[in-house]
Amino acid sequence: MNILALILLMLGAGAVAGLSEKFHPAAPKWISLATFIVTLAWVVAFIVGDGYANQHIAWIPRFGINIVLSMDGLSQLLVALTLFLGIVAVVSSWTEIERRPGFFQFNILWVMAGVVGVFTALDLFLFFFFWEVMLIPMYFLIAIWGHEDKAYASMKFFLFTQISGLLMLFAILALVYLHYSATGVITFNYYDLLDADLGGDIAFYVMLGFFAAFVVKLPGVPFHTWLPDAHTQAPTAGSVILAGILLKTGAYGLIRFVVPLFPEASADFAVWAMFLGALSILYGGFMAYSQSDFKRLVAYSSVAHMGFVLLGVFAFHEVAGSLVVNELAVQGAVVTMVAHGFSTAALFMMAGALQERLHTREMSNMGGLWTRAPRMGAVTMFFVVASVGMPGLGNFVGEFLVLVGAFKANIPLTVAGALGVVVAAVYGLCLMQRSFQGTPNADVPSMRDFGLREMGVMVLMMAGLVWIGIHPQELLDLSAPVVQTLWVVLP
Amino acid sequence: MTGPALTALAPYIVLAGGTTLMLLAVSFVRRGPVTLGMTLAILLGTLGSIGFAAGAGTQHLDRFLLVDGYAHFFTALFVLAAVATAVLTHGYVDRRAAQREEFHILLLTATLGAMTMAAAAHFGAFLLGMEILSISLYAMIAYPDRGRAPLEASIKYLVLSGVASTTILFGMALVYGETGTMAFAQALGSDGSVLLRVGQGMILAGLAFKLSLVPFHMWTPDVYQGAPAPVTGFVATVSKGAVAALLLRYVATTDVLSLESLFFGLSLIAVVSMVAGNVLALLQDNLKRLLAYSSIAHMGYLLIAVLAVASAAGPEMAAETGMVYLVGYFAMTLAAFGVMTVLSADEDVEDLADYEGLFWRRPLLAAVLAAAALSLAGIPLTVGFIAKFYLFAAGVQGSLWLLVWALVIGSAIGVYYYLRIVFSMTRQMETDDESAPSWWGPATVAVLGAAIVVMGVYPTPLIDAAREAIRAFGG
Repeated sequence: MNILALILLMLGAGAVAGLSEKFHPAAPKWISLATFIVTLAWVVAFIVGDGYANQHIAWIPRFGINIVLSMDGLSQLLVALTLFLGIVAVVSSWTEIERRPGFFQFNILWVMAGVVGVFTALDLFLFFFFWEVMLIPMYFLIAIWGHEDKAYASMKFFLFTQISGLLMLFAILALVYLHYSATGVITFNYYDLLDADLGGDIAFYVMLGFFAAFVVKLPGVPFHTWLPDAHTQAPTAGSVILAGILLKTGAYGLIRFVVPLFPEASADFAVWAMFLGALSILYGGFMAYSQSDFKRLVAYSSVAHMGFVLLGVFAFHEVAGSLVVNELAVQGAVVTMVAHGFSTAALFMMAGALQERLHTREMSNMGGLWTRAPRMGAVTMFFVVASVGMPGLGNFVGEFLVLVGAFKANIPLTVAGALGVVVAAVYGLCLMQRSFQGTPNADVPSMRDFGLREMGVMVLMMAGLVWIGIHPQELLDLSAPVVQTLWVVLP
Repeated sequence: MTGPALTALAPYIVLAGGTTLMLLAVSFVRRGPVTLGMTLAILLGTLGSIGFAAGAGTQHLDRFLLVDGYAHFFTALFVLAAVATAVLTHGYVDRRAAQREEFHILLLTATLGAMTMAAAAHFGAFLLGMEILSISLYAMIAYPDRGRAPLEASIKYLVLSGVASTTILFGMALVYGETGTMAFAQALGSDGSVLLRVGQGMILAGLAFKLSLVPFHMWTPDVYQGAPAPVTGFVATVSKGAVAALLLRYVATTDVLSLESLFFGLSLIAVVSMVAGNVLALLQDNLKRLLAYSSIAHMGYLLIAVLAVASAAGPEMAAETGMVYLVGYFAMTLAAFGVMTVLSADEDVEDLADYEGLFWRRPLLAAVLAAAALSLAGIPLTVGFIAKFYLFAAGVQGSLWLLVWALVIGSAIGVYYYLRIVFSMTRQMETDDESAPSWWGPATVAVLGAAIVVMGVYPTPLIDAAREAIRAFGG
């Protein structure tokens, strides 16, 4: 499969969508939707078919930089998720965006193209390039079409990501330079750098540079403060993309780069990372409980869910006297990523739909909405229950695997993480109760229930969660080879 | 003079001869388009003759000028910047000055001075080039005779720049007194006597003034603000670029940075410039002043390349870094001031507040300014990222850790105010499209914007050109 062509197609479609606004105001969203459907079909056909792609094109030979794009199981999974959520994002903002729809769809397509690049790039320079490519359109989405506090939120989002990105760039260069001074070869190629043998102390600091970028994006407490603002202020499509996909780039970076490139340093750091994970689960849960803003609650719940990813990826455990990567827990982290992509995207779409109808995100202004919009109520119920971790749905599988795996690594932190599941039930049911149940609020105007368009994507996401929940084996098989390559035995 | 020497001098001869012709011509024909056409013809002729001159190889002319690939590279860069400035001033200067023809002549002489500095291999050529450039700039800054701000800016620049020039001259005298040579040679840095160090310190301080490095930066915001926008762009790029080109060659051929006190002093200046420039830029609401402080920071970044000469990175990597960096800096700075010039056709548009809604009123100009701002911030997809990447590489390779950290911190601060520019342009969505009064200004900035993106996405040709130009540099 030609991954570069896939990315260029999305970039080109973005440009066309931007210009098409002049001909018809509805043209951009149709172009955008068609692009996501076509690319998703392409990727799915590829996954079902031969299943492996690798591209290698010279780019900046001066520094040994090449365009290296590759799609293994993990990348396939995440690229497919990305493109699917692209459809969700476009559909969720179908009627919301009235001003400058062309530039809006341009940004959506470009941010998604950047994400696809991040998930497939195996040259560290190219990876960093895409890492930043997805940043600017996202900034525009929040800064232009965001809600009342968009200036502050977009700036905070950009600064957090950019500054941590600079640390990563520094770390990438340090890694390349150390490899160069050891071997005499300048290269940014992932596979070459996997073999780089760094001194213990330096490896630790270089690893921290990568970790900083990814944990800010993930986000882990205490680097999460940009997230509630950015998610809350972003337009619906922006929130869907942010929570559904952009957070996953951080998790992906941990799995793809931090652990394989610095196995020993990661193992040394594992307890601290797991601690941050458990802290994120509990802190995110408590903060979610205390929110009165629908969107903000969902945003904080993302912090908690991503804590499971952090907990799982770093759950190194001891086998026959040596530390190894915890396959079960990492698999759990991958499942959590996908399941959270569906459930949170759906909840943000719901928040956007409510705001479009009620012009508020405050749950105190809602209440009893189920009677007015039963379909919306039922859909919300489903995704809240999924997000809480109900057995039989995807999120449960992910969190369960993480906890089972982490139990072997660190019991106190696993217990703390497990308590987070209880907290999740509390804030999840609170969300449901305050917005859709209870006495109907008399001030609330009558509102339109979900139509065919919204129900269509919602049903698809529900099906996805049920499938992962009941039959996760296919998903696990897809990511298993990647997770197994992480299996490095450490002294 | 021999044949190859004359061949190597072709760009200088074409430009100097063309300027003389212009002087005669404007006495007879005083029509805007004709003057502009002649200016462009001379500049493009100069550009074309570079290829011819390069055929003569490296020519060392009486130890006065060293015309090599490095000099040709910068000549091309300066001439292209002059072309952009000439086109942008068309329609700008004639609304602000009674006579516009002489402006183009000054532009040509300033370019000639800059070219001389890039090839200087002797204190004589150094001073000659610098003064030709500076004196032309005094007049260019003060050229608009309707309004007091340009005059004020010009006087400030005249006085302070004069002080810097005399400081350099005094430093040269001291160095000459100690070493007995005025040609750039290793001997200028090897001896550690006090007078030599003082002399070298004075030369570097004078150059730091011209590059507007902290603490010699005081003139920058005022001059940037007072000067006409296209001239500010020219001062920010060609004037500083020429000094930077000379400084790079000077430190590479004289070992002056092997004097530890000077290396340390220059490092300190670099760090303070990066931090102070970025912090002060945070406070600005006037785009010209903002870019002035930003340029202070950027010249601080550039010093990483200069200091890398005396580090493990070596002079060739340092020169390559400096060249790539300056090309990027030229493109983004000219684009930013170009957009400002186009918008200021009738009256000056300088306040950030005036740029609100530009994305919806003038999408092309806004896109170019956004590209320039993001490039100045060092975001990938733009040449600014490649330039910053080079600095990182040179800094890491030369183990200049303090400077690399300052670069990280400075860039992190810088993101905020560059984004402010972009953000203010996206506000006020309700405004309608405005039509452009002229096509050549927007076309020029569009080319500059395209250059920023193309060089950012595919920098290999630029890198190859720089590497080709510095074969045997510093040797």
